[in-house]
Amino acid sequence: MSERGAPSASAALWRYRVRFAKEGPLRWVGHLDLQRVWLHTLRRAELPLAFNTGFHPRPRLVFAASLPLGFIGKAELLELGLTEERDAAGLHAGLHRCAAPGLRIDEVVAVDADAPALGRGLRAFDYAVTLEAQGDAELDGRIAALLAATSLPRERRRRPYDLRPLIERLTRVGGGALTMRLSAGEGTTGRPDEVLRALGYEPADATIERTALCFEGQR
Amino acid sequence: MLSPAEIDARLLRLLPRVEKPARYVGGELNQVVKPWEQIPLRVALAFPDVYEIGMPNLGLAALYELVNQQPEMLAERVYVPWTDMQALMRAHDLPLFSLETRHALRDFDLVGISLPYESIYTNVLTLLALGGIPLLASARVDGDPLVLAGGHATFNPEPMADFIDAFVIGDGEEALIEVAHTVLTAKRAGATRATLLRALAALDGIYVPALYDVSYHADGRVAAVSPRAAGIPAQVCKRVVATLPPPLTRPLVPNLDTVHNRVAVEIMRGCTRGCRFCHAGMVTRPVRERTVEEIVGAIDAALGATGFGEVGLLSLSSSDYSHALELVRAVAARFGSRGVNISLPSLRIESFSVELMQALAGNSRRGGFTLAPEAASERMRAIINKPVSTAQLLETAREIYSRGWHTIKLYFMIGHPEETLADVEAIAALCQAVLAEGRQVLGARAKLHAGISTFVPKPHTPFQWVACDSIEQIAAKQQLLRQRLRQRAIKLSWSDPRETMLEAWLARGDRRLGAVILAAWQAGASFDAWREHFRFELWEQAFDGAGLDPAFYTHRPRALEERLPWEHIDAGVSQRFLREDRAWSAEGRLRDDCRERCFACGVLPTFKALRAAHPGPGWKCPEVGPPATATTKNAATAPAAAAAMTAAEPRA
Repeated sequence: MSERGAPSASAALWRYRVRFAKEGPLRWVGHLDLQRVWLHTLRRAELPLAFNTGFHPRPRLVFAASLPLGFIGKAELLELGLTEERDAAGLHAGLHRCAAPGLRIDEVVAVDADAPALGRGLRAFDYAVTLEAQGDAELDGRIAALLAATSLPRERRRRPYDLRPLIERLTRVGGGALTMRLSAGEGTTGRPDEVLRALGYEPADATIERTALCFEGQR
Repeated sequence: MLSPAEIDARLLRLLPRVEKPARYVGGELNQVVKPWEQIPLRVALAFPDVYEIGMPNLGLAALYELVNQQPEMLAERVYVPWTDMQALMRAHDLPLFSLETRHALRDFDLVGISLPYESIYTNVLTLLALGGIPLLASARVDGDPLVLAGGHATFNPEPMADFIDAFVIGDGEEALIEVAHTVLTAKRAGATRATLLRALAALDGIYVPALYDVSYHADGRVAAVSPRAAGIPAQVCKRVVATLPPPLTRPLVPNLDTVHNRVAVEIMRGCTRGCRFCHAGMVTRPVRERTVEEIVGAIDAALGATGFGEVGLLSLSSSDYSHALELVRAVAARFGSRGVNISLPSLRIESFSVELMQALAGNSRRGGFTLAPEAASERMRAIINKPVSTAQLLETAREIYSRGWHTIKLYFMIGHPEETLADVEAIAALCQAVLAEGRQVLGARAKLHAGISTFVPKPHTPFQWVACDSIEQIAAKQQLLRQRLRQRAIKLSWSDPRETMLEAWLARGDRRLGAVILAAWQAGASFDAWREHFRFELWEQAFDGAGLDPAFYTHRPRALEERLPWEHIDAGVSQRFLREDRAWSAEGRLRDDCRERCFACGVLPTFKALRAAHPGPGWKCPEVGPPATATTKNAATAPAAAAAMTAAEPRA
């Protein structure tokens, strides 16, 4: 493990990235509640949390991307700041021991103090979607029709946008199971529930898992 | 009947379609799941409101832990689904289920329902109906769960008597376990429901309403409440635990934002102050305290087990806890440095309280500083027995503002029948005077919140005989305060007088109100404690349909000789004492803190044997000698004997 220099700010700061799954009962909480679940987990682990300065200091806890309520996250990312250096393996063990049910800690790595912010370079998300049993041929037909479209004008929060270019990949992988890669653009991010609607399915009847966060420079 | 797997499958389809689905899935940290098939006695603990309200309830959390500690029992949680989920559950035939294992409510042996206040009553019917349990106790048959209720509101159990099989009166920790054992014994023996009910009625502190007949005078007043058979007690005396059981150390950690996300520790039960309007202060006597070591140890364990960032030290009057300063110093020293926020509500109006808060808060001044003077004129203070002088309040306020708090919250109560508009004017004047103290220190930054509640006469208090103000009188008083306190630095809040009426009808109602509650619920009343759901007209129609006049329950002064609907429930405080205190109120006579001297309220003679067996400073009642003769739970039913008991005399 490389030596990490002291952070530029006056207070010492050591940064760690955590890859985790949000599943089970936590599938049904939104982002704000997930933040609180994490805070409780970190306090149970009795970690030397770094706090943001400000009138209401908050622990330095940064999520790469919020996950909508109802989605399962298989490879979510967050970064936490500590005021003391910890061994990543020990940190992993401590978080695992204290994690709330539904939070699975998959990887903890130390990050250089001057590394770019966590969300930087995030360009797309991979999803796995399970629909209730569907006729294979019909599903294939709908996917082909959707991909054949040159433009899928939609509106979100009264802003028009085109869903089609945000769909990088959309494949049926067997039965009612789909995978898709959707772009996270500057202004607009492709949402799997909107893809399902475009295919003619009710998103509430599907299980949606976010399986990967894709960064620039990664395949 | 649906299996848990079938319930889970149906639930999964509904979750994406409701607001806050985490209300319905359980699975929180520290949830206890015991193997259903191997546990002979299954208890559902239900709070009759949504998850976010019910989850932080300390009483139910304690009972959850206690029941689950019993090898032969399990406890699971049930809350009332919000209206969106209720509609879907009805449409999809999904019965109300427990969060832990998804068993339908009707699959439990015992359903324990918390009844802390009256505006929650219709939600009990919702719980039962969604859970597939017959609404009326009389319609339940062998094999249906036993429906048990406990909590402060059950000191007048009559309005809910039609729906509840048995009530726990008083402290529930021991009584619930005894009830559960009795249900288990009956289950193993294959006993009939009638046999079970008789066995429950034999337990101390358990009231089985079906075993009592209520008769009425022609004008509607209760004539008598009498046991239907020999061996059923004429009076049911409340339970008290001699020593508060160890506090919770593994509270559940909700995944949703609830009304309180904190470690709550009850530092003391009961209150010695004797404010005459205060139901809790009367029915939770005697005062029992936990030790500082026990409290600090429990907080330490619970913070470690939960990761909460907030601690609430709860009691009816925190500054009266014998070791208050020692406690806050210990807590602040141990947990303050961890960034844990500690709250100490219910402080008395004196500089000692400011000292306590300062010791707790260090340099943090989060939120305002809350005090409850309740009344602003000397006359009203004497009537309600809350003697805080204006000078003392202003001095305390000055200290609070000058020590860095910018906002003071003051709670007042209007609506006592003796109150005049001059007394209400005094509230406005006092608010202005308090704010003026703040302005001297802080200038325009000083703020004041005035919370105006409305007096509701409660059973087992010295005001159980008095009339309520009418809606018009309350509205006029509120209007006066709005006029006098219309300025930027003052925030004024008040309650809807119609909501107050509902509370007042139900608080002192008799058994005939069962029909009113049922009719109101059938017409759509539910979530009455939620302003956006409260529908006053449904209640008016329900009273009309039952041929009852709501004013009979609220606007009629009751004679001291009148048989009150709850008189067969013995809260330990004697009727003789309440009558005396009512007379003292009329004379404007104050009664001291009973830690200073015992006034023979009746609690000590009632629980003489318990006190003798548990000497020491844990109780704030005087010590008594070793039990001479066998004392029974009904030792205080002869008032003359109670008054004469030497045990109730103060010790030198």
